[in-house]
Amino acid sequence: MVVINVCIGSACHLKGAYNVLERLQQLIKDRDLEDQVTLKAAFCLGQCTQAVSVRINDDGVVAVSDKDVDEFFEESIIGRLSN
Amino acid sequence: MRRFETDVQLIKYEVLKEVARYTLEGTLEKNFHKIPKKIDPGPRPRIRCCIHKERAITVERVKLAMGGDKDNKNEIEVINAACDECPINRFTITEACRGCLAHRCIESCPVKAIYQVGKRAYINPEKCIECGKCKSVCPFNAISDVMRPCKKACHVSALYIDEEKIAVIDNEKCVQCGSCVYQCPFGAIMDKSYIVDVIELLKKAKAKDELRVYAVIAPAISSQFTYVRIGQVVKGIKLLGFHDVVEAALGADMIAYNETLELAHRLKSSKVMTSSCCPAFVAYIQKHYPSLIDKVSDSVSPMVAVARLIKSMDENAKVVFIGPCTAKKAEAKESHAVGSVDYVITFEELCAMIDAMDIRLEDCEDALLDNASYYGRIFARTGGLAKAVEHVVEAEKLDIECKPISCDGLAECDKVLKLIKADRLKGNFVEGMACFGGCIGGAASLHHGPKDRNEVDKYGQLAIEKEVKDSLRVFDLDSLNLTRD
Repeated sequence: MVVINVCIGSACHLKGAYNVLERLQQLIKDRDLEDQVTLKAAFCLGQCTQAVSVRINDDGVVAVSDKDVDEFFEESIIGRLSN
Repeated sequence: MRRFETDVQLIKYEVLKEVARYTLEGTLEKNFHKIPKKIDPGPRPRIRCCIHKERAITVERVKLAMGGDKDNKNEIEVINAACDECPINRFTITEACRGCLAHRCIESCPVKAIYQVGKRAYINPEKCIECGKCKSVCPFNAISDVMRPCKKACHVSALYIDEEKIAVIDNEKCVQCGSCVYQCPFGAIMDKSYIVDVIELLKKAKAKDELRVYAVIAPAISSQFTYVRIGQVVKGIKLLGFHDVVEAALGADMIAYNETLELAHRLKSSKVMTSSCCPAFVAYIQKHYPSLIDKVSDSVSPMVAVARLIKSMDENAKVVFIGPCTAKKAEAKESHAVGSVDYVITFEELCAMIDAMDIRLEDCEDALLDNASYYGRIFARTGGLAKAVEHVVEAEKLDIECKPISCDGLAECDKVLKLIKADRLKGNFVEGMACFGGCIGGAASLHHGPKDRNEVDKYGQLAIEKEVKDSLRVFDLDSLNLTRD
């Protein structure tokens, strides 16, 4: 199981966290990955300057903008699942 | 620079700040007895008869700042030593009386309590029923009306005066709105503070990575720290050690949505539903109109809603609500809220904590604050909730005609509740706000002014999410319990 935490604290929210989250929800649904990927919202992941903050499992926080959600999903999620 | 409205507010702040400072140092137990002398250095008293009485009163304030009388369930307590035994006789004849021929005062008195004594009228306090007719007919305006400010402030008749002329709160009637706390000119009534618990919790969180304390701030904050920007206040709160600052207005969005669906459902079998956001309003119905309790929405308040949301997202979260309200302190202890909201503090207490840590808000950079929609944010002023409900009815295309009635202050709430009881209300949704102006008029607000309402509306317009549904779109609210059972 892969858990994706998306920060929706104020800084990330203003930089489009809701769009990132909604796009990820859509991608998971489209690929039928609900059993393998859990998407969670979180308040403040502590990296407010590089929003939108996203953390996979207990890894480090990465910044994902709403423009590169698809790319992030392919590389970090699909990539991880196929390993 | 911060300016206090009165010295009552200033002294309360000084006491809270000293208690906060010693708590931060970890020396409160050892040093709390030093506070009175620090605040009242003497040798002359500020206003009381002597410096010793002044310090004795400060001792009581310190006790309240440290949590007050644990055996008294009321969040509001009278400091007997500070109560100045204001005159009980409400109407008295002043020197302006000419002892005139018409003496309309005597004629108008329904209980014959006024006589002419010498060249002046006299009101017999034993007979006077305080109807005020004499005052309104006197052509010289010679009759003074000096109702005790605490009694005048209490719209639920929960305050009486004992034989010693000291104010006493009847806990069975009191709704803990804090109106008397704000109105007593001698600062003799105060709300209990949880500032010590909150600082200890923040200290624990600092030492333990897995414990995170979230500050939930009421939207009324927009009218409070007027000498700095709101982003600077948010930064200040984070510097106190809070993991994040979340708007209670997000909870207001959740409740606006939830309560509107509930309204649509209820109107199928009932004529009216009231809001449940304001704890003093809910308590007023419980204590004074028990037969109407089933008209109150089952929804939790925005404070509880957002606290539950935070805890559903982070199992190691503790939640501290920061607002203008004393009744919220009582609400947080109700069985449905226990476990959701850990502590409630007020803007006054926040201010004291910030200063105790020597955080200068003026020098803080701006942190961001944006979790809620325009509608969630305007809950802070009377009319906001009604507007939000109307908006949800329209946006969700609900098949009901929403006829909201907003009650500004407990006196208006009372009128509307009487109409519901008599089945004569011309509306179907009642927004009840115990404080005049709404939450911005809360007893523990630092600032009460005519422009506060505009400040709230301006703050509302800054929200990037415009509609209730927009700010809720990423949450799975179905999995969250938003009822008070």
